[in-house]
Amino acid sequence: MASISREDVEHVAHLARLHLTDDEVDRMQTQLSNILDAVETLRDVDTSHVGPTASVIRLENVMREDEATAPMPRDVTLANAPLRDDPFLRVPTVLEEGR
Amino acid sequence: MSVELTPDGTIADAVAALRAGDTSARELTDACLARIERDGARLNTFLAVDPDAARQAADEADAALARGEGADRPLLGIPYALKDIFVTRALDFDGRPLPGGFPTTAGSRILEGYRSPFPSSAEERLADAGAILLGKTNCDEFAMGSSNENSAYGPVRNPWDESTVPGGSSGGSSAAVAGGQAYFALGTDTGGSIRQPASLTGTVGLKPTYGRVSRWGMIAFASSLDQCGPFTRSVRDSAVVLGALAGHDPRDSTSVDTPVPDYVAGLTGDVRGLRLGVPREYFVPGMEPGVEAAVRAAIDVLRAEGAEIVDVSLPSTDRGLATYYIIAPAEASANLARFDGVRYGLSAGADELWENYTRTRGAGFGPEVKRRIMLGTYALSAGYYDAYYVKAQQVRTLIKDEFDEVLSSVDAILAPTSPTVAFKIGAKVDDPLAMYLNDACTLPVNIAGLPGISVPCGLSDGLPVGLQVIGRAFDEGTILRIADAYERVAGFGDLRPATARA
Repeated sequence: MASISREDVEHVAHLARLHLTDDEVDRMQTQLSNILDAVETLRDVDTSHVGPTASVIRLENVMREDEATAPMPRDVTLANAPLRDDPFLRVPTVLEEGR
Repeated sequence: MSVELTPDGTIADAVAALRAGDTSARELTDACLARIERDGARLNTFLAVDPDAARQAADEADAALARGEGADRPLLGIPYALKDIFVTRALDFDGRPLPGGFPTTAGSRILEGYRSPFPSSAEERLADAGAILLGKTNCDEFAMGSSNENSAYGPVRNPWDESTVPGGSSGGSSAAVAGGQAYFALGTDTGGSIRQPASLTGTVGLKPTYGRVSRWGMIAFASSLDQCGPFTRSVRDSAVVLGALAGHDPRDSTSVDTPVPDYVAGLTGDVRGLRLGVPREYFVPGMEPGVEAAVRAAIDVLRAEGAEIVDVSLPSTDRGLATYYIIAPAEASANLARFDGVRYGLSAGADELWENYTRTRGAGFGPEVKRRIMLGTYALSAGYYDAYYVKAQQVRTLIKDEFDEVLSSVDAILAPTSPTVAFKIGAKVDDPLAMYLNDACTLPVNIAGLPGISVPCGLSDGLPVGLQVIGRAFDEGTILRIADAYERVAGFGDLRPATARA
């Protein structure tokens, strides 16, 4: 059984940069455990001689000539930003002062 | 020829009437807009409609028709809708809102009000083909769902029975086409999100081969599985729209450069000599008897038309769900990392960057999206990567190999699209696993990257049932031919919900 703990849920939420309320953590613990139980059935499949498939088509590097093209205009790039301080995007404090 | 002006006909009939001068793009557009005006808010099909922009595009199409431009523009004058997972250009070159441009939400609060600076390939190609964009349709948030109940903008109602779901995730598109609000609509299909809602609404839904249609401008859910395709009211119409969409696009590195056949010319109505496999594993436990009966009857119709029906086995079918629910969430968790509250979309306004990431994402994503981000992040995290993610990719190889082997001895596979007809809104919202089972018959096709089409094959309990035809990679021609031949003789091509007759 893939029962996962509250701490597991909180750890994964931290990795995913996802704030969850206490209720959400509770619900997620139950639901993820149930889903993982269903997924665990894959353990019975013999894949000892099987390679993984990441894509069904053969992916090849796509090259183009190294020619400059017009970039997206700055005002267009910034148009959807929740916080801007032209000509920049503005973000909240990254490091506390004095560190 | 005179045409009865209802928005419930086919593209083929509308194009013929336009060319003959019996109707105009403006009339067709007005008929769709009237239907949207009458039913749209109640069914919650559209997240954005712009009647003025649509009428203006219709007038331009009428002018083009008058100049005789219809011949090489197969959708000239035909009104359609785009699932709101496709970006549509909504900013001018100075970053100001473009008149007639639509926001793009992906059904999520986190993108509320987002205006794309560029168009999707689908929008561009359909504009080149002459189609008129009516608006953007409701969908499950980031295309994650099978009922359209995961939209941040409310559920969509199925025009066949408004207490039931239209399927998902492309539920607004399926309901709009079933309800005569558009001549066709585009959806996206990562695990069944075109075929399953087509089945539940009595429409034709096509998922092309992975790589057949460009995904440029389609907001990514699971990049190794996503494809886009049309909802239509006939198989012939599906062939017309696929012809306009298909082809190589240098902006999508997974778009395959392989010739696009004339899909309409391939609709011969003849299935004699074709070998069609029926995989026993697709008649799954929990399947409704009325659905099984309709699908079995459809298989008999194709046998009577001269196809050879053979029993085949795809033994790993029951591993599809588990495989999918590792691979799709893993890819989604990576794709959705871009929603960080910095460049676009919602920002929680916290005073510290880290806190702003987590608060923005916590407030902006709905429960199903959070669940899948968590599941995917877990499967990719240290200590679980090999046990879950690599294992799922290995089983993916097995599933694909089984399809390849079966399709080396049959021309196509016949199966149910969905194990049930449309279910009641609210019936499965508290049980994610029960909801995931809706896609048991469709998601193996995405895992293998193959083309699949759902075509109406009758009613069960008064609600539509879909027959799924699955083909070889890049052989959309054969599944369209089979579905069209079936549609011609089966007599379900005229199935319409009561709203179409009201």
